[in-house]
Amino acid sequence: MMLQAANALIRRDLQLLWARRGDALQPALFALLTVVLFALALGGEEKSLAPVASAVLWLAVLLAGLLALDSLFRSDAEDGSLEQWMLAPVPLWWLVLIRTLMHWVTTALPVIVAVPLLGELLHLPHAQLPVLMASLLLGTPILSLLGAVVAALTVGMRRAGVLVALLALPLYVPVLVFGAGAVAASAQGLDAVGALLLLGAGLVLSLLLAPIVTAAALRIAHN
Amino acid sequence: MSDEHVSSSPLLAVRGLAFSRDETPIFGPLDFSVDANEALLVQGGNGAGKTTLLRVLAGLLRADAGHVEIDGLPARNESRARHIAYLGHLPGLKADLSALQNLEFLCGLHGRRKAQTPEAAMGIVGLGGFEDALARTLSAGQKKRLGLARLWLSPAPLWLLDEPYANLDLDGINLVNRMVQAHLRSGGAALITTHGAYAAPPVRTRLLELGAAA
Repeated sequence: MMLQAANALIRRDLQLLWARRGDALQPALFALLTVVLFALALGGEEKSLAPVASAVLWLAVLLAGLLALDSLFRSDAEDGSLEQWMLAPVPLWWLVLIRTLMHWVTTALPVIVAVPLLGELLHLPHAQLPVLMASLLLGTPILSLLGAVVAALTVGMRRAGVLVALLALPLYVPVLVFGAGAVAASAQGLDAVGALLLLGAGLVLSLLLAPIVTAAALRIAHN
Repeated sequence: MSDEHVSSSPLLAVRGLAFSRDETPIFGPLDFSVDANEALLVQGGNGAGKTTLLRVLAGLLRADAGHVEIDGLPARNESRARHIAYLGHLPGLKADLSALQNLEFLCGLHGRRKAQTPEAAMGIVGLGGFEDALARTLSAGQKKRLGLARLWLSPAPLWLLDEPYANLDLDGINLVNRMVQAHLRSGGAALITTHGAYAAPPVRTRLLELGAAA
């Protein structure tokens, strides 16, 4: 039953992605724009870009995710899909988890795939790329899961864009600190494993807790 | 559900159910029950609390007081999900997906009766040939019919229908009545809200009048 519902939701989100494939590129384009503007603003020289490259890439990915956050539950709340989720014979947190992971796959993953290319624009030292990719793959799902809580809390409001950003940013800061910190540590020749393990632990914790909190927030917002 | 479904307790029993919003009572306390093979018509003017009552029964809203029993057991989220199919004002359709894709998703979410297929259900509700039409291009009445197809596929014995006749043409109103009749004959039950202007389905019905909000 739970797998069947998950299958149906994954299929639906992929069909929706295909139906609106133009919108799907938006986060990746936003990240590209941020990176290009940064490179232009800093003069495009390797000695000024390389030290900040990993931090800029982390920020670009984070902001692109923030941009897409408001769409996580909004349309489902407005057209009544959320009602049907709540009435389904599977737990709401399960559907929320699948939806959040699908949202991550469709908004964050394309940006992460583009990161090696974006890194070239910023003269990212090649040695830093593996650690950067690992920290992004571990960190961005946490951003999506934490962001889902915020998106659920504000789903009942009409124009919640600014509020979502204000509520989400403090939650995002620790992830950014450890994510960008892991790359910075490895750049200085230190071991990045500690920060990556902490990100992994954060991911496990938010996988377990965030969907339950999100489901509760959705029920409250829906009343 | 089968014809052999025998149970001493009613499918739905409600005792002392009351709901208020911001200290203003919306309805209640209400006492009623619905047996299998039976329909309950919930009548009342605009703002009498019909929709709110159905949402409370479906578990979308929390009641202030009272008990809801489903099949003799206190209603919980799981038992609600297994016993209740809810057709509300919002169709719950994704505008960018086709009618059939929408229906297949909702079936995957809620489960469906094994003997039925989404394609056949679309034929039954008069949407044959609209399988590939995007939901955004369907009229309000056609969306309602798609909701009815979902209901028809649902394995849940208790239908909560909120203004099922709204937006439907004469043929559609007959369709709702025929579907309710068939559903009741196979051991189901239905709660139907209406403001009273439409013909009720030709089945055994009880009547529940909701007064205007006090």
